[in-house]
Amino acid sequence: MSTSSATSGDATSKGRIKIVHIYPREMSIYGDLGNTRCLASRLRWHGYEPVIHQHHPGNDFPTDAHLVLGGGGQDSGQARVEDDLAHNADVLRSLAADGAPMLMICGMYQLFGNAFITVEGERLPGIAILDVTTQGNAKRMVGPVVLETAFGDVVGYENHSGSTKLGPGQQPFGRVKSGMGNNGTDGTEGAVTGNVFGSYLHGPVLPANPALADALIKLAVERALGEPFVLGRIDDELADRARTRQIHRLVG
Amino acid sequence: MAVAAGKVARAATRLRGGGSAMPGLVVERLDPRFLTHALANLPRGVVVVTGTNGKTTTTKMLVAILREHGLTVFTNPTGSNFTRGVISSMLAEIPFSGRLKADIAVLELDEAHALKFAAEVKPTHSLLLNVARDQLDRFAEIDHTAKLLAELAEQTTTGVVLNIDDSFVARIATRVPDGVTVTYFGVDPSIADRLPELQEADVRFDDEFTPPRPTAADGLLLPHDERSFEVRFGLTGRVGPMVLKQRGLAAMINATAATSTAKALLANEFREVDAVSALERVTPPFGRGEVIDADGQPLELVLVKNPAGFTVALGTYGSAPVTTMVAINDNYADGRDVSWLYDVSFESLRDNGVALTSGVRAYDMALRLKYDDVAVAEVEPDLEVALERFLTAYKDEPKRIFCTYTAMMTLRRDLAARYGLAKFGEDAA
Repeated sequence: MSTSSATSGDATSKGRIKIVHIYPREMSIYGDLGNTRCLASRLRWHGYEPVIHQHHPGNDFPTDAHLVLGGGGQDSGQARVEDDLAHNADVLRSLAADGAPMLMICGMYQLFGNAFITVEGERLPGIAILDVTTQGNAKRMVGPVVLETAFGDVVGYENHSGSTKLGPGQQPFGRVKSGMGNNGTDGTEGAVTGNVFGSYLHGPVLPANPALADALIKLAVERALGEPFVLGRIDDELADRARTRQIHRLVG
Repeated sequence: MAVAAGKVARAATRLRGGGSAMPGLVVERLDPRFLTHALANLPRGVVVVTGTNGKTTTTKMLVAILREHGLTVFTNPTGSNFTRGVISSMLAEIPFSGRLKADIAVLELDEAHALKFAAEVKPTHSLLLNVARDQLDRFAEIDHTAKLLAELAEQTTTGVVLNIDDSFVARIATRVPDGVTVTYFGVDPSIADRLPELQEADVRFDDEFTPPRPTAADGLLLPHDERSFEVRFGLTGRVGPMVLKQRGLAAMINATAATSTAKALLANEFREVDAVSALERVTPPFGRGEVIDADGQPLELVLVKNPAGFTVALGTYGSAPVTTMVAINDNYADGRDVSWLYDVSFESLRDNGVALTSGVRAYDMALRLKYDDVAVAEVEPDLEVALERFLTAYKDEPKRIFCTYTAMMTLRRDLAARYGLAKFGEDAA
């Protein structure tokens, strides 16, 4: 367990926000730590004080989390976190039910679902916060993605072999404008239940999609401080240019 | 017949100034057993060099040491590290009989193609450098890359040389067949704290395998200062001190790997003094810290392709900050996913900032730098336009460009036209 405050003095801070990154060693192989870096910087730019807590297998899960992040890993990484995730499933489920914002990418998105069925037919249970089920495939879905979401067009990069199906009534995170998404057939990508977001998008997804990043920050701030989120002034021109160029390349 | 056709194709592509693998493809189609035939019975065998980072540099160093010892060495010097590239480079040297006239072959092969190659020609020796995250859109998983190297070790008939400090590589020792010698290279325990400069630690787990204690056959890197170092073998053996033309700890560890392998290959014929004089003359390969004279000021081209490599490059050149440009493309050969840029720390660029970002993902690179509080003066996706501005606006300053593979090809072509450089693959040395 390790906790670090990203700023030294907090005299001018509008408040402390605790971000928990789960399994950064085992489940962050595609730059998903960039999401944590992005949120920490943006919180600072908005005038808040981020506190980053890394949760490793075997440690107590911090129940005072204001925002929880998870990323993608290899099969060996998933195997290393399974027990800890099962052990902390109730804490995560009650945090989710209580409205804590969470962003789970790729492998952690799958583990937040009902189950992952391997190519051999073995059923590996997830923690069922999102009503999705993933079937292992021989074929990988790899490439750049553009989604239409509640936060505008979102760009990223997918790299997964699992094919994910939404349960009845489960809302997707977005609709695929370019790329494969959950399964390459139904046009959905990711899943959203309450304030819990699951998605296959690396990139990492938050830096180039600041509207999504700020939506998570708003939820975390309101949860932490019980008062409305007050935006600081951030120049997002580079993010906007990066995103719109990708959209232009992929969907014209 | 295949040799003749390949030679014609080779002449044709050279006239067009085209790619290096096409003639190999012609031969591969005509005679799938070409490689086996050409490389059969080389008196000192076939050495395969593979791993994520340092293949080109290490191969060049090993070849230099062996040639200094009087051997005739066949190699694939163009960084064309697929089997077709090997065949293509062979066509220049091979007689129409189809049998290569050389004492030994030293081949740099991409991790996946090394296995494909081994299916045709079993290497007598393999040198396995390291495993790091690299272009996961192609290899999917680092565990998969490690598995490919282990399978190559299983195919090797005489000797395997392993990186003792990289647990993914060192543990391959347990997979080496009986009767095949295992030799290690690594860093001297006194500089173990510098290992993070050479490899990323976050995806390794400290269990399962403890490497053996190094013996007098294993080469360990002992730096004396920023430039000078020696390779130690046991308590008394040493090669060096020496100073390479290429800077940085990564180049030193590559030299250590090459020296350890040469010693294993040459046994009693190995001469320290020849190894040192060969290594000291090796020029940095194309794009690996190559220095170009740009209007009287040095311009360094540094290839970056994965988090470990970019981190090493920043560490190597960070001690001498100069005006910097970063060019990131996302074509297949670059890695189409640019997420990896978030696994590199760019803080060493913060004091001086970055003059320009360029390439298809110029804005993504600028955005990445912003998150490390590194100021970017200008973003220009068009590489030629960016290079023109970089060369004119910073005419009187030493400069450096970090670039991905296809960005480097474009920049190198432009620079070659401006300053009359040797063409890719036509190493002046």
